[in-house]
Amino acid sequence: MATEILMPALSPTMEEGTLAKWLVKEGDTVSSGDIMAEIETDKATMEFEAVDEGVVGKILIAEGTEGVKVNTPIAILVEEGEDVPAADAAPAAEAKEEAAPVPTKAPAVAAPAAPVADATPDWDADVEVKQTTVREALRDAMAEEMRRDPDVFLMGEEVAEYQGAYKISQGLLDEFGAKRVIDTPITEHGFAGIGVGAAFGGLKPIVEFMTFNFAMQAIDHIINSAAKTLYMSGGQMGAPMVFRGPNGAAARVGAQHSQDYAAWYMQIPGLKVVMPYSASDAKGLMKTAIRDPNPVIFLENEILYGKSFDVPVMDDFTIPFGKAKIERAGDDVTIVSFGIGMTYALAAAEKLAEEGINAEVINLRTLRPMDTATILNSVRKTNRCVTVEEGWPQGSVGGYISSVIMQEAFDYLDAPVITCTGKDVPMPYAANLEKHALVTADEVVDACKKVTYR
Amino acid sequence: MPPKKAAAKPNVSAEELLGHYREMLLIRRFEEKAGQLYGMGLIGGFCHLYIGQEAVVVGLEAAAEEGDKRVTSYRDHGHMLACGMDPKGIMAELTGREGGFSKGKGGSMHMFSKEKHFYGGHGIVAAQVPLGAGLAFADKYKGNGRVTFTYFGDGAANQGQVYETYNMAELWDLPVVFVIENNQYAMGTSVQRSTKSPSLWERGAAYGIPGEEVDGMNVLAVKEAGERAVAHCRAGKGPYILEVKTYRYRGHSMSDPAKYRTREEVQKMRDERDPIEQIRDMLLTGKHATDDDLKAIDKEIKAIVNEAAEFSKESPEPALDELWTDIYATEIPQEA
Repeated sequence: MATEILMPALSPTMEEGTLAKWLVKEGDTVSSGDIMAEIETDKATMEFEAVDEGVVGKILIAEGTEGVKVNTPIAILVEEGEDVPAADAAPAAEAKEEAAPVPTKAPAVAAPAAPVADATPDWDADVEVKQTTVREALRDAMAEEMRRDPDVFLMGEEVAEYQGAYKISQGLLDEFGAKRVIDTPITEHGFAGIGVGAAFGGLKPIVEFMTFNFAMQAIDHIINSAAKTLYMSGGQMGAPMVFRGPNGAAARVGAQHSQDYAAWYMQIPGLKVVMPYSASDAKGLMKTAIRDPNPVIFLENEILYGKSFDVPVMDDFTIPFGKAKIERAGDDVTIVSFGIGMTYALAAAEKLAEEGINAEVINLRTLRPMDTATILNSVRKTNRCVTVEEGWPQGSVGGYISSVIMQEAFDYLDAPVITCTGKDVPMPYAANLEKHALVTADEVVDACKKVTYR
Repeated sequence: MPPKKAAAKPNVSAEELLGHYREMLLIRRFEEKAGQLYGMGLIGGFCHLYIGQEAVVVGLEAAAEEGDKRVTSYRDHGHMLACGMDPKGIMAELTGREGGFSKGKGGSMHMFSKEKHFYGGHGIVAAQVPLGAGLAFADKYKGNGRVTFTYFGDGAANQGQVYETYNMAELWDLPVVFVIENNQYAMGTSVQRSTKSPSLWERGAAYGIPGEEVDGMNVLAVKEAGERAVAHCRAGKGPYILEVKTYRYRGHSMSDPAKYRTREEVQKMRDERDPIEQIRDMLLTGKHATDDDLKAIDKEIKAIVNEAAEFSKESPEPALDELWTDIYATEIPQEA
C-alpha cells in the first residue's frame, strides 16, 4: 500500500521548514533508518530518516523548496512493484485529520474553593497545660509520631550521636536506634534526594537541614522531585515527608546564614509550608506534618527554640493545616504574621493598646495552605491591615496577602495595606546594622498608626 | 579492581534468545513510531529516543526479579517497555492523552508505574541517582530483599549528586545497581571532551564500590553482568556499578541535528554492532529460528506498535478539571 511521507516537525517550535536536499531519488529502495532528506528547521539542518520500508514512488516537493508546512506530503512510498497512485487517489495524510488538536476555548475550570474560617480553639479550656520550649515540643512531636508509625525516620547532619546541632533530636537515637535516627555526611543535595526516594518507596522521612540556608543545595529535589511527582505521575506516587530545620536570621551569623525562605517555598504547588510561632504550634503542626501524605516544608527558628509556651497535656494533640489563630482580638487594625514575625506583631499590639489602638493579631501558622478566610474576615471588620515578616520585601508573603485583600475585600479597605518586612539588603554582620536590617516592633507600630490615621 | 570481561554464554536457549529479540524489537519499532508521531505534531516538547540502546534495558530486566525497582532519566521509553508497561499507555502519555500512564500530565520525560515498580522518568539530569538510592534505602529499611536499578548516562556521571550518592550508598550498604548507560555523547559533548577519567565505572573505587564495564550492544553480556550485580546487592554487600557501553543512533532529542559526529560513525555502529542484528544472527545461524519465524515476530510487534499508536490518537485529551487534580494527596498511597 502506498504511504505518504509528510513534512516532519523536527523541533518543539517548528511549523514549517525548507526541504534542503533529497538524499534519495524516485525508484530507490529505502528501509527503516535510511536518511532520506535534509530539512532545515527553525533551529538547524536535520537529517530525516525513513520509518517504513519501500520504494520511493514519487517526490512531491522539490529540494530547495522553502516554507513547507509541517504535515505536507513530500513524497510517496510504494511497495516493490506497486504503481504510484494518481495524485487525487493518494491516501489522505492521516495527520491532516489527526494533526495535534487545537485547544478548544477552555471553559472556566474553577480552582479549588477558598477556605472557610474556623475559630475553634486548639484545645479545650479544661485541658491541663504545661510550659514547654519550642525545642522540646518539636522533639516530643517527632518522638510521638515515631512511636506511632515505624515507617517514620529522621535523617540529617548531626541528628543522632551529636543529639542535633540545635538539640532538637535530643534522646531520639537512644529511644529509636541508629536504623531510624540517621547521621548523614555533609551532603544536602544527596541526602535530600535519598529522602525523597525513600518516600517514593513507602517510608515517611523527616529530613533535617541543619539550617534552611543549606537546603538551597537541595532545592532541586524539594521542588522538582518531591513537590511535582504526584502531579507528573497522575496521582500514582508522591513524597509523604517533612523537610525541617531552622530558617531565617539567628544572631550575628551574617548574610549566608540569615535568610527567610517562607516566600520561596510558599510559591510551590505540591508543597505544604508551615512556620510555627509557639511551642503548641510547633508540636501540633509537626505531628500533622509527619502524618500528611505530601511533602511539607517546616520552617523553624533558632531564636524561638528556647522560648517557652503553654502546651496542652494530651495523648495526641494536633493542629490542622490551613487554620490561622487569632492570638489577640481587636477592632482597629489587623496585623498578620507568622513564625518569629509574631514576636514583633505582638509587641507592637501591646504598645498600640497603650495608645488606645486595638490591633487584632493573626498568627497564620501555615503559609500553604493559607487561611485567607480568617484574614479577610478580620479585615472586613477592621478595614486596615499590616503584615509582618523578616523576609525581603520583593515577592514577600505580605505582598501576596495584600493582593488577596485587594482582590477580595477592596471595598472594605480604609487605607492601603502596609507590608513590614526585613530590609532589602543581605544580612550584615555588625550588631547595629543587623538590628536595622530586621523588621522591628516600632516599624509595625508606625505602620498601624499610619493605616489608622493616628 | 580489573573489569571482569563478560562473555556470551554459548548455550543460551532458543526461547531466551527469541524473548530478547522480541523485546528489543518492540523498543526499536515503538521508538521509530514515536519519532514518526513527533514529526506529525502528535507528540510535543522534548522526545528522547532509545534506538540503539535496547540491549541495555532488555539485558538488565532479564536479571531482575519481581518486585525489584527501576528509575531512570528522561530517555525512558525503553525502560518502561522492558519492565512490562503497556505500550498503549506509554504512547498515549507521549501524545498527552487521558489514557497515558500519567493521564497526559507527565509527558515523555515524566512517566511512572507503581504497579511495575517504575519510579520515573526524571527530567533533571542525575536527579534520579539519589532517588534510586532512596528507593533502595526504603527496601533495606523494610528488609524485603529487593534491588533498585538506577540508570543514568555518561553526561549525568559528571554531576556532583552522583558522587554524594555513591558515598552514602556504600556507607549504608544500599541494594542499588548503578547502571551508567554510556552512549558516548552527553547531548553533543563526547565523553572525551568532558573528562580526563573516561572509565566512568572506576570512579566508584574512590567510594569502595565495585563495578565493571559491559558490552552494551550484546544483550547476553548485559544480562550476565546484571546477574553479578544483583547477586552482590542481594547478598547485602551494598551497591554495584555497571558501565554499559552503548550507542544511540538518533539525536539527543528529536530536535538535535547531531553534527558532533559523522554519519559514517553512526552507520558503522549500525552495520557492525547492532544489538538486534546480533541476536538475529545467533537465532538464524544457530538454527533456533527461521526467516519466517522472525518475520512473524516482526509482524506481531508491528501490530502491537500500530495498536499503541492508534490508541494514542483516539484516547481523548484529559478533561479540563484534571488541571486541578493530583497536586495534593489526601491519603498515603498503598504500596503496589
